[in-house]
Amino acid sequence: MNLLTEPIGISHYLAVGAVMFVAGAVCMATKRNALGILMGIELVLNGANVNFVAFSSEYLRSGPRASLGLDGQLIALFVIVLAAAEAAVALAIALNFYNNHATIDVDRADDLKG
Amino acid sequence: MDSINVHSLLFLLFAAVACAFAVAVVVTSNVVRMAFYLVVSLGATAGLYFLAGADFVGAMQLMIYVGGTLVLLVFGVMLTAQGPFISMRTRAGEWIIAAVVGSSLLGLLLSTAFRVDAWKPPAEAREQTASVTSSRLGGGLLGYRVDRMEQAAAEQADPTLAKNSQGMSGYLMPFEVISVHLLVVLIAAAYLARPKKRVGPREA
Amino acid sequence: MADFFHYDLGLWPGVAKALAAVIQCALLLNVVAVGALVFIWLERKVSGRIQDRLGPTRVGGKFGWLQTLADGVKLITKEDLVPKEADGFLFKAAPYISFCSSFAAYMALPFSSGWVGLPINTAVFFIVAVVGLEVFGVILAGYASGSKWSLFGGMREAAQVVSYEVPLGLCVVVPVVIAGTMDLVAIGDMQAGLFTNWFVLHDPFTFITFFVYLTCATASVNRAPFDLAEAESELVAGFHTEYSGLRWSIFFMAEYGSMFAVSALAAILFLGGWNGPIPLTSLLGLTDVGEPAAIGAFLSWLCGEEWGPRVAGYLGRLLGMTNLIFKACLGVTAMMWVRWTLPRLRIDQVITTCLKYCTPIAAVMFVGACLWKVGGIPFANDFVPHQDRLEVRESYHRTWGKPREDKPKAPPITNATTESTVATAATR
Repeated sequence: MNLLTEPIGISHYLAVGAVMFVAGAVCMATKRNALGILMGIELVLNGANVNFVAFSSEYLRSGPRASLGLDGQLIALFVIVLAAAEAAVALAIALNFYNNHATIDVDRADDLKG
Repeated sequence: MDSINVHSLLFLLFAAVACAFAVAVVVTSNVVRMAFYLVVSLGATAGLYFLAGADFVGAMQLMIYVGGTLVLLVFGVMLTAQGPFISMRTRAGEWIIAAVVGSSLLGLLLSTAFRVDAWKPPAEAREQTASVTSSRLGGGLLGYRVDRMEQAAAEQADPTLAKNSQGMSGYLMPFEVISVHLLVVLIAAAYLARPKKRVGPREA
Repeated sequence: MADFFHYDLGLWPGVAKALAAVIQCALLLNVVAVGALVFIWLERKVSGRIQDRLGPTRVGGKFGWLQTLADGVKLITKEDLVPKEADGFLFKAAPYISFCSSFAAYMALPFSSGWVGLPINTAVFFIVAVVGLEVFGVILAGYASGSKWSLFGGMREAAQVVSYEVPLGLCVVVPVVIAGTMDLVAIGDMQAGLFTNWFVLHDPFTFITFFVYLTCATASVNRAPFDLAEAESELVAGFHTEYSGLRWSIFFMAEYGSMFAVSALAAILFLGGWNGPIPLTSLLGLTDVGEPAAIGAFLSWLCGEEWGPRVAGYLGRLLGMTNLIFKACLGVTAMMWVRWTLPRLRIDQVITTCLKYCTPIAAVMFVGACLWKVGGIPFANDFVPHQDRLEVRESYHRTWGKPREDKPKAPPITNATTESTVATAATR
């Protein structure tokens, strides 16, 4: 029960971020559904965000060493906003793709192949 | 036996939910369930942000990410979810390659995460005092850094320090850029998603 | 409350926290459940009166008090159906998602000064965000039912909620700008005193914002005339067509729960929260700040120096809570009134209302309120004495979240300094 009694450090947050990042990357690589790929991207961005917030937090450090402070939280905010923008455009592209090809499978987007 | 650290317990709970559902997003092949798992995973991440003392980012995550972006995503999923596209399976060979690459990447990241001394957990838990993050963040956007006051004062006293000034670095410029960017994206998305012009007699 | 168990009863911090959490959860769950019972009964009565009938009259005496309970018993005994085409897991999960998100809003909702389950610094945003999450339950229910009616309902709901989040956010930001904080407890405390201190009377812009907020809130909890997701004239019953029995009633609990939550938010943001139209509690001395007076003095004499002000403060907050609940119920009743008065809008009209009317109006009101605040133009609330808002906020920020570490565990009775009363006021 060591984990339960011991305080949480940045490493633990980084581990969560790493799992989310890898899950997102694998999702992006293996899914054939365009929206599935989009979800993978969201997971990757969130994994990065977890790291930013962890580095900015004052509670997870052992010493008085300066944390990333507000920088980390502000960058996390920007990432969230950018993710929203990205999702809107990607969704518009996906819907256009669906309208033109009558499928959502990205492997079928091979019009430019000779 | 030491008493259970409530903060750690909550962290483990949220972290387990976030990780488990993130993996579930990858494993499932039904796109609607993927969306649902993603919602849960990102919601749990918001909980992690609250635990790290980033109230505002957590609330933003819930409001913009989960409440806005993901609703949009689910909307897209439902617009395109028709019989054959709901579950598109990945070939076994791809799964194997993805698993090998993914697990090696994960191993690398995890070993790095637990190796650096500065990232080790503190010897004893620091009292979690809730801080007023929203006004500090707002000040930070405008270039008034509450968390860097000493540094700025030192730079003011000693001009040689101010050469590569790090003290009062604000975020006004990125904020403006991102606002304009959002506007552009809004128009672009509306343009991309507009209905095709139909050739034919116009309705009166 | 955890502090109370910890310091006054001398329990271990872990046990005190757990006990406080359990008690608060139980209390909030009761508020939601009993609230839903009462509101469903009220809805029947209100709709009956508006349509010139009596509504329920038999079950449980003269006014049909127990009608909802009887309905509940009927719903529990109904067969729990899952359609063959449904996605079983999501179908079963959907009502709980809806209910959880609606219930989570109560976590950050203060019922009186300092009476809040979880004091979050960004409570306003948190509540708006969490109430917005209820849509996922509806969307998933719509999809998972495997029925076209349900799917249409879910799609409409998704489009509607995403669009209405924008004007709702803008409206909510207006009082936040005036208060200078996103903390609901601080916002409520700033409006103490006469009713002219309420933010709805702060300037003409907030007055209009209040009504825009009500419209958007009605839409975001998808009540009529914006209840397109369940439009029974077109979609059978919309997203809950395939639901029956207990799962169906959980959807309804969630709906009434979030109705109450957004009404309470409106009451705190615009209508003074737990402060009555006249400062009755401070006139009666039912407060734990400053010199005890009137009833407060009597209580001090009765219970001693240490407990007197605390009992007085408790009573004052209890009055405040009654006040807030009354205001929130008024909001809910107004929503019912609207529901039984106006016809349902078409989906394009709903989106038009949002994008062409609510959003621009809210944006203009936001800019106007900002200018009004910057310009410092006096309005109704500047002609009567009131507390300086900045002072309330700053004192709140100072005491906020500071643990009572400096005080000894289980303080002796003599420790009745003003510091302890301030600390009691800041925590709960």
